[in-house]
Order: sequence, then C-alpha cells, then structure tokens
Amino acid sequence: MKALIKITLKNGVLDPQGKAIEGTLNSLGFSGVNDVRQGKLIEVDLDETERQAAEDMVERMCEELLANTVIEDYSFELLA
Amino acid sequence: MIRACVIVFPGSNCDRDVKVALEAVTGCPVTMVWHQEDEVPASDIIVLPGGFSYGDYLRCGAMAARSPIMSDVVKKAKAGVPVLGICNGFQVLLETGLLPGALMRNASLNFVCKDIWLKCERVSTSFTQCYRKDQIIRIPIAHHDGNYFADKETLDRIEGENQVVFRYCDRDGNVSEAANPNGSQRNIAGICNESGRIVGMMPHPERLFERALGGTDGRRIFESVVVGVASAMVEGGLPQAQP
Repeated sequence: MKALIKITLKNGVLDPQGKAIEGTLNSLGFSGVNDVRQGKLIEVDLDETERQAAEDMVERMCEELLANTVIEDYSFELLA
Repeated sequence: MIRACVIVFPGSNCDRDVKVALEAVTGCPVTMVWHQEDEVPASDIIVLPGGFSYGDYLRCGAMAARSPIMSDVVKKAKAGVPVLGICNGFQVLLETGLLPGALMRNASLNFVCKDIWLKCERVSTSFTQCYRKDQIIRIPIAHHDGNYFADKETLDRIEGENQVVFRYCDRDGNVSEAANPNGSQRNIAGICNESGRIVGMMPHPERLFERALGGTDGRRIFESVVVGVASAMVEGGLPQAQP
C-alpha cells in the first residue's frame, strides 16, 4: 500500500517562500494569483495491507517525524 | 574539573569550534560524542553545536532530534543537566520539544552571515549568568533558518515566564524591526526553559570568544559554565551531573 502525505504550513504561519513564488508568478504575467503556499509531498510504500493499521502507522509517522505540528498540518491518502 | 560533552551529528560543522572555546575557557578537555552512541557520559554540561546535521533534510534539526544519542540527551536535560544548543543545536532542541516553538526559513529567504547585536534579557541561566541584565553584546549569526516562530499564546507565555534570553537589537539596544535579521517573532534570538538550564540561541558565541577572532562578547557564555559548575560544587556535589 502506498501513502501520499501532504504537509503544509498552518494557517497564520507566514510562508516567505510562497510569497517569493507568488511574486515571480506575478512577474511572469500570471495575474490574479494570490496566497501561494509551499508544502511537501512525501510518498511512502508500506508492507502493511490492512487499511486501518496503515492509517494508524502513517498518523504516527507524521506526529513523530514527518510534520512539525508547531508550524505544520498534515493530511494523507492511502492508495491500494 | 568540568565535564563538558559536545554531540556530533553528521553535518555538524561548529563542533570543533565550540570544543576549542570550551577548552580554552574551562581549561578542561571536552568529550565529543557521536550521534550513534546510546549514552552521554556523565557531564556537567552538554552542547549541541551548529552546522547542518543530516544535510538539513526534511526540516533543520528534525533527523538529529531523533538520532540515537538524543533520547539520552533529553533524559539528562529533563534531569537537570544544563544543555546549550547553538544555531543548528537550537533547531534540534526545538525539534525535541525541550524548548517551545520552531525555526523557519529567514523572512528575507537569504542566508544571513554577519555580526548582530543582542540584548541579554535573562541572565539567570546556566549559560548567561556572567552577563549583566540588558547588556548589549555583539555576536555573529550564520543561518538560513533562524526565523523564530511560536503561536501568540506560546510567545506570551515564554515572555511571561521570562524565558526570552536574547533579542536582536541595534547597537544602542533598541529592539526594532530594522534590527531583526531574519523575521523572528518579537526579535527572539534565544530562549530557555523555565529553570534556565536549557538554552537555545541562533548566534554563535564560539565565533567571538577571544581577541584573535575579533571580539570576546561570546566568552561569557563559557565563563558562565565555569561559574555554574563551581557554584554547584560549593553547594555540595553536582546534582545536575547525576541524572
């Protein structure tokens, strides 16, 4: 089973990299581009075949290492 | 005898600098401890040095905070052994949760390497007791991710508990936006835990600890260690060395 884990900065946490990307998009002529936020996508291949067990494991991975919950939120999906 | 340990991670690059500074000021040999070890030898202080542990992969300090040696560092820190985290070491302390908050990419997005001015707001810590309260000192910073962040509630709490050790300021001591080199909330450059035994700071005191380096404002960090260990001896034994 594969897990796709998305890590994003929490609302209210300034994202200077997102701002810089937004500025460059604007300078390239993309108008009406607002609130660009940058995050991470992490792919994990799991031996686990049972869905609930996989969810629990990925949840723990996020809490223990993959996300810093002081500044980041995470979400994930499991692909069979 | 002062027993100091410096933890070395793959990618640490200020470990030997801080060893030189500690040995010069304390006159005692410093033990270097590799991150794969399970246990830190009995120590009066532990230093987490600057650098780019694990290549800053995932987040600065994230991997180092979970390396084998850190569970013993956390255990000893919680038992009262003074721990100093400098730059990447500060990032590691935050990632372990020993200190609150996080360090994010500098607001300018630039790597900033220059001398800055600091106001010493808390001098009742294991590493700042030789400074005067509100003393203005010059120490270099060199980082890409030193933008201190915590939510408002946490910021209010650490200010209320007097846990802000250093703030960025100008040479006259004004804590202003212009003097903030990286966008840190409330100009915070260094914080400590409630007891003042765990201190994390972005600036590098080991880079200005003797005249040959161009200044000595960082030296009192290491002198504070000597005073701390000496006074613990006078009080009878070394409670912080026996977790």
